[in-house]
Amino acid sequence: MIRFAQVSKRYESGHDALKNVSFHLDKQEMVFLIGRSGAGKSTLLKLITRVESATRGQLIVNERNITRLTRRQVPYLRREIGVVFQDHKLLHDRTVFDNVALPLVVAGVGHRETSRRVRAALDKVDLLGKERLYPIMLSGGEQQRVGIARAVVNRPPILLADEPTGNLDPELSDEIMDIFHQFYQFGVTVLIATHEHRHIDRLNKRVLELEQGRLVRGGDEQAEP
Amino acid sequence: MSYFVRHAQVLLSSLGQLARAPGSTLMTVCAIGITLALPTLLYLLVENVENVSRNWQGRAQVSVFLKLDATTQQAQNLERELAQRAEVESSQLITAQQALEEFRAQSGFGVALDILSDNPLPASILLHLNSDYNQPSAIEGLIAEINSRPEVDLAQWDMAWIKRLHVILKLVERSVALLAVLLVLAVVIIISNTIRLAIMNRRDEIEIMKLIGATERFIRRPFLYGGVLQGLLGALCAGAIVSVCVRLLRDPIAELVMLYHGDFTTSGIDLRAFAALLVAGAALGWLAARAAVGRYLSKIEPK
Repeated sequence: MIRFAQVSKRYESGHDALKNVSFHLDKQEMVFLIGRSGAGKSTLLKLITRVESATRGQLIVNERNITRLTRRQVPYLRREIGVVFQDHKLLHDRTVFDNVALPLVVAGVGHRETSRRVRAALDKVDLLGKERLYPIMLSGGEQQRVGIARAVVNRPPILLADEPTGNLDPELSDEIMDIFHQFYQFGVTVLIATHEHRHIDRLNKRVLELEQGRLVRGGDEQAEP
Repeated sequence: MSYFVRHAQVLLSSLGQLARAPGSTLMTVCAIGITLALPTLLYLLVENVENVSRNWQGRAQVSVFLKLDATTQQAQNLERELAQRAEVESSQLITAQQALEEFRAQSGFGVALDILSDNPLPASILLHLNSDYNQPSAIEGLIAEINSRPEVDLAQWDMAWIKRLHVILKLVERSVALLAVLLVLAVVIIISNTIRLAIMNRRDEIEIMKLIGATERFIRRPFLYGGVLQGLLGALCAGAIVSVCVRLLRDPIAELVMLYHGDFTTSGIDLRAFAALLVAGAALGWLAARAAVGRYLSKIEPK
C-alpha cells in the first residue's frame, strides 16, 4: 500500500531529515512510527501526502508512483489518504458537521450522500448528536475525534496520524487509539506516528523506528547504494 | 451534483461572505462605484455635446452682414442673387428692423434701445450651403467673393467654430479614454486588494482545504465569484451615482439650452450603456480576482 525505496529528504536549509529510508506497508496493516522528536517522523508522513517531496528515492502510495506528481494530481492523491493531525486542524467558524463534510464537499459529493456519510463517520467516533456544535465547544478528545471523522469520511484506503494523542490524558489517548484500531479492523491501512510506547505494547503492532533520519527498526533490507 | 448546482452554491456562499462584513463590503462597493461613475459621466458629457453639434455638422452656414447704410432694397437684391447660386441651398434675409425686434425681445435691453435714435443693427443674410459643398477652400472662395461686394460689411463662415469644437471634442474624448484607462486600473487594484485580504484572512482554511484534497480550481472559485460580485455591485453603484448626477444636472442644462433657443434634452444613461457598465464591472472584478488569486493562492501551501 505504501512503499519507500531508498528515500532521502534534504530541506533547503541543508538539514537531512530522512536518509535512505526503505520500508513498505501492506494493505490492511497497522503500523506505529516511533522516534524522538526531530527524528523525521513528521517528514515521513508529509512525503506520503506530498506536502513535501522527496529529494531522492521512489515512493509508491496506493499502487501509484508519487515521486513525480504534477501540482494538478496532488489533490487526487490526498483524497485517497485520511490524515489526523496533532493540532486537529479544524475550522473553528464551522460546525462539527461542516468540518467533517469538508472532504466530501471538496470532492463534489451530493448533498444527501454527504449528509449520510457525515452521520456515519460521526457515529463511528461516537459524536452523533454533536454535529450542530462548533469545535470550540468540544473537549480536546472530542475535537480529535472530529478530526478522525473528517479523515475517514470519504473512506480512504490509507489513514495517517501524526501524534494524534499528543495532548490527551492516557484514558482519552487509549480511546483514540482504539478508534484507529477499529478502522484497521475494517480494512484500512493505518500508520501512526507516536512517542507513546504504551500503545505499542498494548496493541502489539509492527513498529518502524527512526533515529536521526535513518530507519533503525522495521525497514526493508536494502543494499546500501 | 451537477456543475450548475455547485456553481450556484458557491455564488450564494460568496454573497454570504460579502453580507457577513457589510461595512467593508459597502466601502469597497462605493469606492468602485465612484471610480466607475467618473468615466461614465465624462462619456455622457461627450455624447451629449456630440448630439448637440451633430445638428450643425455637414452643413456649412455663411452669415453675411450688410453695411449699416445698405438699404433694404439692396439687401433683398443681394439675397435673391445669392439664393440662385448652386452652392446655396436656402437663404434667409433678416432685415435691420427684424434684427432689432429680435434683439429687443431676447436681450432685455428694450428700454435702452428705445433711447437710441437709429437702429444700430445691420441687415444680414443667412446662407445654408449645400451639403455636398463643404470643402473649406471652396467655402473660403465664396466668402471672399461676397466680401468684395460694396454693400457687404462682413461675410463669415459659421463652420469655423464648429470645426474648432470638433477638434476640442476629439481632445476631450481622448482625455476621457485615457482617464478611463487609469480609473479602470484603479478598480482592478481596489478589487484585487480586497481579494488578497480575503485570501490572507482565510489562510488556515485554504491550507486545510489543500490538505484534504481540494483542487486549486475549487479553492479559487469562491474568490473569483467574490471579485465578480464586487465588480457587479460597484457597477450598480456607479449606475446609481450617474443617474442621480444626470437628474441633478438636467434642469440647469435645460435652462441653459433654452437661452440658446435649442431643442435639446440631456440624454442620461440608456439601457445599453447600463448593461455595458455592468458587464465591464463584472469583467474587471473577475480579472482583478484572477490576478490576486494567481499571485497569492499558490503561495499558501500546507506545511
